[in-house]
Amino acid sequence: MSSETDSPLLLTPLNALHRELGAKMVPFAGYDMPVQYPLGVLKEHLHTREQVGLFDVSHMGQVILRGDGVVDALEKLVPGELKALKEGRIRYSFFTNDQGGILDDLMIANRGDHLFLVVNAACKGPDIAHLVAGLPGVEVEYLGDDRGLLALQGPVAATVLARFLPEVATMPFMSMVSASLKGIPVTIARSGYTGEDGYEIGIDADRTEDVARLLLAEPEVAAIGLGARDSLRLEAGLCLYGHDIDTTTTPVEAGLTWAISKRRREEGGYPGDAIVRRQLAEGAARYRVGIQPEGRAPAREHTEIQDASGQTVGEVTSGGFGPSANAPVAMGYVTAANAAVGTPLSLIVRGKALPAKVASLPFVPQRYYRG
Amino acid sequence: MTIRFTEDHEWISVDGDVATVGITTFAQSQLGDVVFVEVPEAGRALTKGKDAAVVESVKAASEVFAPVDGTVVEGNQAVVDEPALVNSDPQGAGWFFKMTLANPAQLDGLMDQAAYDAFVEGQH
Repeated sequence: MSSETDSPLLLTPLNALHRELGAKMVPFAGYDMPVQYPLGVLKEHLHTREQVGLFDVSHMGQVILRGDGVVDALEKLVPGELKALKEGRIRYSFFTNDQGGILDDLMIANRGDHLFLVVNAACKGPDIAHLVAGLPGVEVEYLGDDRGLLALQGPVAATVLARFLPEVATMPFMSMVSASLKGIPVTIARSGYTGEDGYEIGIDADRTEDVARLLLAEPEVAAIGLGARDSLRLEAGLCLYGHDIDTTTTPVEAGLTWAISKRRREEGGYPGDAIVRRQLAEGAARYRVGIQPEGRAPAREHTEIQDASGQTVGEVTSGGFGPSANAPVAMGYVTAANAAVGTPLSLIVRGKALPAKVASLPFVPQRYYRG
Repeated sequence: MTIRFTEDHEWISVDGDVATVGITTFAQSQLGDVVFVEVPEAGRALTKGKDAAVVESVKAASEVFAPVDGTVVEGNQAVVDEPALVNSDPQGAGWFFKMTLANPAQLDGLMDQAAYDAFVEGQH
């Protein structure tokens, strides 16, 4: 998960607060980030599913796109349906390459006079270069480390945030507004990456700690680190870029075709569209699936997957212990013939073949706000 | 009873002909919440410094190495059934396995409590 470099680590606006809270800090995507707090990964995970977790996601890249024809232009880089994206709404999409591989996954919000993007921390440099090169005439403004981003996630998130901003309680899932939280200008998106209801709150860097402290003072809110963020998203069946999706996986193989509208499937017009269209019509050679080990041993990333006859049919791309599932959980790619839910598989863990089967995703029900 | 420690943060407590092995309080604090443990079966021959057991936290898998040469007498089924014992009582009920010693002189190469405490201090 971490990427070690020789260059000094970047700090988010909450770095001092993480240390004050006793976080264990690790390098992640070039940033000094909290992997866990004294509560520990297991309890942080369960707390988020039962109450509310506050995550520092300021390392992610926030980008504003402005200019005439920006929607048409961005549709040339992503297969997402942007023309039908109403003002105030957010869509999940991905940058593709000419082979239909995924360069990064991202959120795109229509903010009326501009588009607002959130991209992965590890990809933001190349993403911005890709946007600048691919969108001539469009102003690409990277908000950089001037802007913080917090995620407030969990079944009580709406109750907590509504104490400050009553109007957020009924915000639709995947919508975004501007607001003033105790006088601090913020953007609020009803979105997240834990499978729970929740919000992502954008704040100027110099006020991010103020907002974090206001939220942490609420009794239901606990600070949650990257460790639990990973186990939460894995249980929710959500892809982690660089692990479950990358330049060698297509949206069809990754099971992300729900994010490509009928019009975009038919019209194409994004990098790799011919390959995606062919895989949609004929099927792909392999698919991302959920994997449920039958025993208690977790199967980690890169674990070899075999079929009943001992043939290698794939590899685990994310795997670990799911605290809410109270069992090991994994995702990985298997050949199309082995991708049906219930298919028996073997996971080769420390030289032993452990029984598992293809499981439907997510491992725990997603609980997004549906009004 | 003699207790010795390895640089890989195993402890070995020797009582007569049989030694009990586990991971230290420091090791479990570094691992975090333990969710899976695999212990060796009785009769398995162990080699100093080689894999003997497995301990996994939510985030990562780690090997537990044999502190000395010998043969497994018993694996601790209690930690297999309840891995959290490794966190709550790492140097007591959270032991991993008991073994005989093929070469008791190997204990002399391990750290005593004072040396281990100093070693852990140096890890910070």
